[in-house]
Amino acid sequence: MIALLIRDLRLATRAGGGFGLAVAFFLILCALVPFGVGPDTSALRPIAPGILWLGALLACLLSLDRIFALDYEDGSLDLLATAPLPLEGVVAVKALAHWITTMLPLVVAAPLFGLLLHLPAQAVPWLIISLLIGTPAMSMLGAFGAAVTVGLRRGGLLLSLLVLPLYIPTLIFGTEVIRRGQEGGDPATPLLFLAGITTGVIALIPFAAAAALRINLR
Amino acid sequence: MSIWEYANPVKFMRSSGAALPWIVGAAVICTVGGVAWGFLTPEDYRQGSTVKIVFLHVPAAMMAINIWVMMLVASLIWLIRRHHVSALAAKAAAPIGAVMTLIALATGAIWGQPMWGTWWEWDPRLTSFLILLLFYIGYIALWSAVEDADSAADLTGVLCLVGSVFALLSRYAVLFWNQGLHQGASLSVAPGERMSAIYRYPLYLSMLGFFLLFLALLLIRTRTEIRRRRLAALQAKEARA
Repeated sequence: MIALLIRDLRLATRAGGGFGLAVAFFLILCALVPFGVGPDTSALRPIAPGILWLGALLACLLSLDRIFALDYEDGSLDLLATAPLPLEGVVAVKALAHWITTMLPLVVAAPLFGLLLHLPAQAVPWLIISLLIGTPAMSMLGAFGAAVTVGLRRGGLLLSLLVLPLYIPTLIFGTEVIRRGQEGGDPATPLLFLAGITTGVIALIPFAAAAALRINLR
Repeated sequence: MSIWEYANPVKFMRSSGAALPWIVGAAVICTVGGVAWGFLTPEDYRQGSTVKIVFLHVPAAMMAINIWVMMLVASLIWLIRRHHVSALAAKAAAPIGAVMTLIALATGAIWGQPMWGTWWEWDPRLTSFLILLLFYIGYIALWSAVEDADSAADLTGVLCLVGSVFALLSRYAVLFWNQGLHQGASLSVAPGERMSAIYRYPLYLSMLGFFLLFLALLLIRTRTEIRRRRLAALQAKEARA
């Protein structure tokens, strides 16, 4: 499992791996929002948490098809499926590699981009905490979507259509944590819901994703 | 005699073919009767004539949810027992469910405009129906995107299972997110919260009509799918010969 993780990390960071593209996309999105809604602090501040979460979500979406597509094309996914490691484990490791290479840089960059959107300072810790807890669920659900659409020729748009509704609960609780933290409310309840969704997703989705992969590799 | 006998396509085609004219007839009578009876009810003292849209809105909303549950059961039967009729029934039900969701959203908007003064509000019920519509669209799109019929049935079955969990989760997440404008349950057993009888009975008839309408459409569409499957098999045989 560790060997597979290291292999995936290496593939992602070497040339052509697309490492860092998600962060660049995130930056562009945050830079475009003020052009859309105007540069006023009063206009930007209330929507900043939502924009940051949406940006992370969309950046995640763009990188999802890479989770399985390349391995499917060159046949290494077939080898992984016949390897002694259960396919559920492969899915979990692939999602973890996606999280480390795509989502973790986004979490690190988010406070910086929050400055662009006039996110108040007292909201920054809650932004980091909510993204840290919420993004693993996004990677795992994305791996499920990628597993379902891996055999399709034009899977990209379908992938977004399938995955985005699954992100709704995570998005709701994630932004609620920041909103409550920012207003001095009690963010524990949405935080616990968010953590519950993430742990549930990590525990159960690998089975669904592995089942979808087996169907596609048949 | 068990329900599993109908998993045999031949048996299913014969029984459903015999029952279909009766179901269609009953569906037309109940739907038209329910809506027409509803139209003739006196006007509500506060809502005026707009209250009559309830006879389309509530049955459509009820069916929108129940059709998804039926798809979930059919997908489970397919994944566990591999009965093709079940998978085809789930496929046939999805567009009907999507249309029911659309009817509920559209009639709700038309009703909401004079009553709440807005076509759309991010109310938990309205939002969860929009999310339900997204799930229906994704499910239908996946069916049409996968070429191999059995793989498509398997993948949509898995999607239906995961989607059901998340549809339910979203339902309660949006409750957390925004408090609503929408009234509570339309049909309650508690006396005093109920609608008055002159509205209730046409509504029951209309709900029965919508259920029968769904059953009729489902049988027609499932029969079409089975025939399409047979046609493909015949064509494949001819191409080999």
